[in-house]
Amino acid sequence: MSLENSSLRELSDALAAGQLSSVELTQRFLDRIAAANPGLNAFVTVDPERSLAQARAADARRARGEAAPLTGIPVAHKDIWCAQGWRTTCGSRMLANFTSPYDAHVIARFNDAGAILLGKCNMDEFAMGSSNETSWFGPVRNPWNPAFVPGGSSGGSAAAVAARLAPAATGTDTGGSIRQPAALCGVSGLKPTYGVVSRYGMVAFASSLDQGGPFAKSAEDLALLLNVMAGFDARDSTSLERAPEDYTRVLAAPMPGAPADRPLAGLRIGLPKQYFGAGLASDVAAAVEAALAELRRLGATTAEVDLPASDLAVPAYYVIAPAEASSNLSRFDGVRYGHRAAEYGDLVDMYCRTRAEGFGAEVKRRILIGTYVLSHGYYDAYYVKAQRIRRLIAEDYARAFAQVDVIAGPTSPTVAFEFGAKTADPVQMYLNDIYTIPANLAGLPGLSIPAGFGAGGLPVGLQLVGNYFDEARMLAIAHQYQRATDWHKRAPAGF
Amino acid sequence: MSLSLDEVKRIALLARIAVSDAEAAAARDQLNGIFAMIEAMQKVDTAGVEPMSHAQDVMLRLREDAVSERDQHALFQSIAPQVQDGLYLVPKVIE
Repeated sequence: MSLENSSLRELSDALAAGQLSSVELTQRFLDRIAAANPGLNAFVTVDPERSLAQARAADARRARGEAAPLTGIPVAHKDIWCAQGWRTTCGSRMLANFTSPYDAHVIARFNDAGAILLGKCNMDEFAMGSSNETSWFGPVRNPWNPAFVPGGSSGGSAAAVAARLAPAATGTDTGGSIRQPAALCGVSGLKPTYGVVSRYGMVAFASSLDQGGPFAKSAEDLALLLNVMAGFDARDSTSLERAPEDYTRVLAAPMPGAPADRPLAGLRIGLPKQYFGAGLASDVAAAVEAALAELRRLGATTAEVDLPASDLAVPAYYVIAPAEASSNLSRFDGVRYGHRAAEYGDLVDMYCRTRAEGFGAEVKRRILIGTYVLSHGYYDAYYVKAQRIRRLIAEDYARAFAQVDVIAGPTSPTVAFEFGAKTADPVQMYLNDIYTIPANLAGLPGLSIPAGFGAGGLPVGLQLVGNYFDEARMLAIAHQYQRATDWHKRAPAGF
Repeated sequence: MSLSLDEVKRIALLARIAVSDAEAAAARDQLNGIFAMIEAMQKVDTAGVEPMSHAQDVMLRLREDAVSERDQHALFQSIAPQVQDGLYLVPKVIE
């Protein structure tokens, strides 16, 4: 059995059967990280002693007969989640020496489940970026081709799973930061409905959009991970009070009334015409069309839907997200934690120099945009206008979901691009998230699964966007697709 | 809309980020490119559309007016750049 290509269920079964200990499993992945990370830069912090201590505790817990499904399974975490005693950098010089004094809710949930914290993954600084080129710790390289970006901002998490350096990972998605790197690295990634996963202990970027979620090799694994990550938390004021869900409950079941050989019969898939127009690369279009043909073969029907306001999603997002970021990032002031400039005069000078040194160019750019659109005289023209467009986008989806069950399309307009290709023009970089941003603005769940390869043998992602709280069905659709195809089982050469 | 160099410097001061003249000039060009993209919003008539500030229409919860946190100030201040006697130290602001 190849541990690095095994599913979480297979690893869990091997641990339960005593064929494998968590210490052995964790050591195997630590060895893989030690060998591959100098080339990939997917992890910014690994702490083998700490991880192995958790593994020993997990083995002891299993021996006592108290194991949960993920007990003993190593999971890598985006370095945006605070974990007690772990350096938590958020990809920034500002937090390069910040050791968290507490656990994020998500980290605590994984700890309670007996999972092993395998390491902290590299990311775009403060989750602002689509290529991982804004990290203070240098870019992550795409395991499929090291000259190409892994996507962002959760690029380290996606690359770690793609290169089989971790069985699973977590990320966060404000405008596509789980789905886009999942697509570009050829792995599965899920952004849940806003409010399903607690933001407590997740370094804030744009609070009305930020949502944590899992990366894995398959939809089945995503469901197991979401079972751990999701849940009400009173410490996040936007955490939703809902009864706990088992996201695996309909995973392998045909759609209601569908025969086993056409498990998606009855499922109506909407194809937004705005997602298949100019700007979509032909190689990505071909792979996505083939995936849609497979879904039809499995019994689903497809119909065009109209999301007319989605053309304005990127402009509205680049008002709302920077506005919220400029407010959230005002906490980094060199007083309570994080970087402080070595030399300064008065208090304002200390703030200005600390922030000039601590933040990179993209973070500064977004803080400046946000500060401007929130300033006196411009608030209505930009911020309120963007919030009105946000409403139009959400209403488009509501109309579409009256006609169809789920929406499908490309995750990203192109496959991975080369380093430096879009760094000179921020707008070109921003447009990379044109298909992922609308779901964040509406608060809807979205996932990306591997759907073949495009130019240069680089992965293509198929995106599914569902109605609020429809994660279980979306994962079931993805699972049926993955039962019929093997794109998700392909690993990059050398890994 | 086009930002001037002085406007960029004013915004940077509001944001408490020190910028050199060269940085402000580079930022101005990039910000103007981004705002040109953002201007597309103005073509759409949004009269009568209720602004959407949040993904879910839920009310913020209230909690019991009771102590819910324990005192961890020593732990939290152990990661501060400069503390003394339980206080965070900053440059003097009152003479």
